[in-house]
Amino acid sequence: MTASDDLFNALLQIADDQLILSHRVSEWTGHAPMLEEDLGLSNLALDLLGQARALYAYAGEVEGKGRTEDDLAFLRLEGEYLNCLLVERPNGDFAHTILRQLYFAAFMHPFWQWVAANSSDEILRGIAGKAEKEMAYHVRHCGEWVVRLGDGTDESAARMKAAVNGLHHYTDELFQGSPAITACAAQNTLPEPESLRAGWTATIGNIFAQALLEVPEVAYPQTGGRIGEHGEDMGHLLAELQYMQRAYPDMSW
Amino acid sequence: MTSLTPLWEVFIRPRNGLHHKHVGSLHAADAQLAIQSARDVYTRRGEGNSIWVVPSAQITASDPSSGKEMFDPADDKVYRHPTFYDIPDEVGHM
Repeated sequence: MTASDDLFNALLQIADDQLILSHRVSEWTGHAPMLEEDLGLSNLALDLLGQARALYAYAGEVEGKGRTEDDLAFLRLEGEYLNCLLVERPNGDFAHTILRQLYFAAFMHPFWQWVAANSSDEILRGIAGKAEKEMAYHVRHCGEWVVRLGDGTDESAARMKAAVNGLHHYTDELFQGSPAITACAAQNTLPEPESLRAGWTATIGNIFAQALLEVPEVAYPQTGGRIGEHGEDMGHLLAELQYMQRAYPDMSW
Repeated sequence: MTSLTPLWEVFIRPRNGLHHKHVGSLHAADAQLAIQSARDVYTRRGEGNSIWVVPSAQITASDPSSGKEMFDPADDKVYRHPTFYDIPDEVGHM
């Protein structure tokens, strides 16, 4: 593994997280419970898509084999995607979607903060400057919802609790490193994910306290996405995400 | 649904120094969520840098059916417009 291989793999992993979650959130467009949130969710999806594009474009450059952002996003096989399992989880109800977004954003916000302030990589610092603000808003938007749903009606509180029970065991994977990430951390390019755990735990704990939710103990965390082992839902997601490029190779409009 | 998410009127200020302008309305559970929805619905294209939201129920409006007695009497009082003064050229554009 050369340094550029490591950077390429690390970038791919981060970009895949953004792309897959963006796709999931975009599934709400036209289906959200109210018009205001329909636009809100679409905005969140677009933020993530923009970050994914910048990361894929940079990854293609680092790889140096002429692959474009589209090639990397649309023309890989399921086992080659390195996103964590959390982001590929189906939308479920609104509580599931908004909690998944909070879990992810509470990790990515300090991640980009670290990159913007400390990274030795100028291009990544540029991406982080924009992404950091976007993820701060995601934390705020989703956090406000989690508080209101958790401390809302009997129905909303029950759904919020179900979402916590359905998703919390996927969060540990956010902090799982990889050889590529560790190599990049050694170069001071990216943070070691484990170093962000305390901040994430504090953010979630604070929001859950206001939302009257308990942080569950997880005996068996679910992992595998970071080494390309995905759940059943990932194949369905990719079938839709990649359909146009597979059906009409090299199409553009 | 509507009782849990009342209507709010949204005001956006496009730039520092300008005033907030009414841009529309939306439904939200409370003021904080109304601000967030206003951000998502009304500032997607860089329309502003400040948002006000006001519960629509707090606005007292004039009655449309009494529009004639309220507003028609002003129609023929052109002398209330300051258009009958000669403005010296040195003043420039006002």
